Amino acid sequence: MSELSDLYQELILDHNRSPRNRGKVEDADGSAQGYNPLCGDQISVSLKMDGDRIEAVKFEGSGCAISTASASLMTEALKGKTRVEATELFEKFHRLLTEDGSGVKLGPGMGKLAVFSGVCQYPARVKCATLAWHTVKAAIENEEGQVTTE
Amino acid sequence: MPTLRYFRRPLLKQSLESVFTVNPSQTVNQSDAKPLDVARIRADFPILSRTVNGKPLVYLDNAATTQKPKPVIAAVQHVYESMNANIHRGVHRLSVETTAAYEKSRLQVARLINAAKESEIVFVRGATEGINLVAQTFGRTHLVEGDEIIVSTLEHHANIVPWQILCEQTGAQLKVVPVDDDANFLIDEYKKLLSEKTRIVAMLQSSNALGTVIPVTEVTRLAHDVGATVLIDGSQSVQHHPVDVREIDCDFYVFSGHKMYAPSGVGVLYGKEALLASMPPYQGGGEMIKSVTFEQTIYNDLPHKFEAGTPNIEGTIGLGAAIAYLQDIGLSNIAAYEAQLLKYATEQLSKIPEVRLIGTAKEKVSVISFVVEGIHPHDIGTVLDQEGVAIRTGHHCAQPTMQRFNVPATARASMCFYNTEADIDQLVDAIQKTIKVFA
Ligand SMILES: Cc1ncc(COP(=O)(O)O)c(C=O)c1O
Repeated sequence: MSELSDLYQELILDHNRSPRNRGKVEDADGSAQGYNPLCGDQISVSLKMDGDRIEAVKFEGSGCAISTASASLMTEALKGKTRVEATELFEKFHRLLTEDGSGVKLGPGMGKLAVFSGVCQYPARVKCATLAWHTVKAAIENEEGQVTTE
Repeated sequence: MPTLRYFRRPLLKQSLESVFTVNPSQTVNQSDAKPLDVARIRADFPILSRTVNGKPLVYLDNAATTQKPKPVIAAVQHVYESMNANIHRGVHRLSVETTAAYEKSRLQVARLINAAKESEIVFVRGATEGINLVAQTFGRTHLVEGDEIIVSTLEHHANIVPWQILCEQTGAQLKVVPVDDDANFLIDEYKKLLSEKTRIVAMLQSSNALGTVIPVTEVTRLAHDVGATVLIDGSQSVQHHPVDVREIDCDFYVFSGHKMYAPSGVGVLYGKEALLASMPPYQGGGEMIKSVTFEQTIYNDLPHKFEAGTPNIEGTIGLGAAIAYLQDIGLSNIAAYEAQLLKYATEQLSKIPEVRLIGTAKEKVSVISFVVEGIHPHDIGTVLDQEGVAIRTGHHCAQPTMQRFNVPATARASMCFYNTEADIDQLVDAIQKTIKVFA
């Protein structure tokens, strides 16, 4: 039996209550909209690049606690990452959510994302946690338009 | 109309005694109703004794699908164990028996909704297929550019998208009847939309998302006055109260078996005989023909003309068992019980200051949608699940309804006759707990 507190860890609740990096970055180099048809969650992500490195990421939109906290923590995690590093991090994060992620090494400074490891016990909520990541991936690739979690 | 009337003044949470008044004419009706033996009923549903996360299951997602009572499970099992065969085309004993059982369900459906003839009952996969069938046969052959189809704001996507497809195909236009802030259907606005251009009025009888009951008899009469054809989506009605299609006088009526205690994959399209007879077939194949040559095919009689291919035989026989079960309890008794339960649930939820009810129409079936300040419905659903309480969260396949009420989603508790006040108390406790988690 999984405990509710494994899913809604204090860090998640905190980032849900006061999300970091909300808004739009000025002179964005990339942006995208994400949509989760299951819950109607909508998010838009904009980012500013410095060469190959992500200088800033911000997000807007409304969603559940998991998707809001995930977006918030993602904006912190991606700052300063290269495109390749960002993609790798997303892959690891995805494994954390879908496999028994306890063995996944997220890398230095990424430990905070491990608070989402409880999500793998709640398959219906995995898409909530990945919405922001799918969206930022589209923004990095500078695909305009909508991505969905479906 | 159903015996489920009560009035709620919006924004008034104190003094609930005065908020709920039972319509006098309905009071008589309700006191006629026999109380249900809910403990016995619950024992008929094996799944209700399971636990979720170590807690007793409180199943409040009945608008999505209902649980199945033992007689329905037994009917399906009986098909497999002792009669299974394909229907309508065997001379052997099993086929004869299975055909008889399948056709008996058709008679039971006809009686349930008071259709004039069994041949007016077409078995389909569900309400969705019934609506698509009408759109693509009746609609395709009767609508032209400039014609209009009227639906309500509260429709399920199943009663929106098939008409949008038809509009694309024919150049017809979709018109939408608005609702007020309590989600009451605005009949005067409906009257304004009706004109000689109106060819089809397609409307749900009760809203799966908010519970509103639409006065479909009046809707139908007004539509007929302008010569329009009427389809009523009874997906959230047939399981809650008596339905009489001849009293409504609608041309088509659809519903799904799985929401009325029967197996999934079977549903009903009722159509007036003359209309069904005038419509081209929906799908071609076996069973829907009388004779086939490469030069000419002669279609079968009603209703078989619309039943191409091997149907959901065991599901349809299960539907017959579900109807017998419902009639045994009595649909008027069910309506009275569920009205009480809805009243109780509305009172209890209204006592939680953070809860805002969405959909407080005067007349409702036992569905309550709500939002909790600052907490997304999905998070509510997850915490409630942890407490063993199963509700639905999301847009309930009614995104235009969500847009009307400016919410991305709601949490929805949909009750039926096996639910109890204790279930509602557990729901309320779980909501309180959710509020604490996210405070
Ligand atoms: C009002 C209404 N109409 C149509 C449907 C579609 O039913 P089904 O998916 O069984 O075809 C539903 C199911 O949720 C419903 O509630």
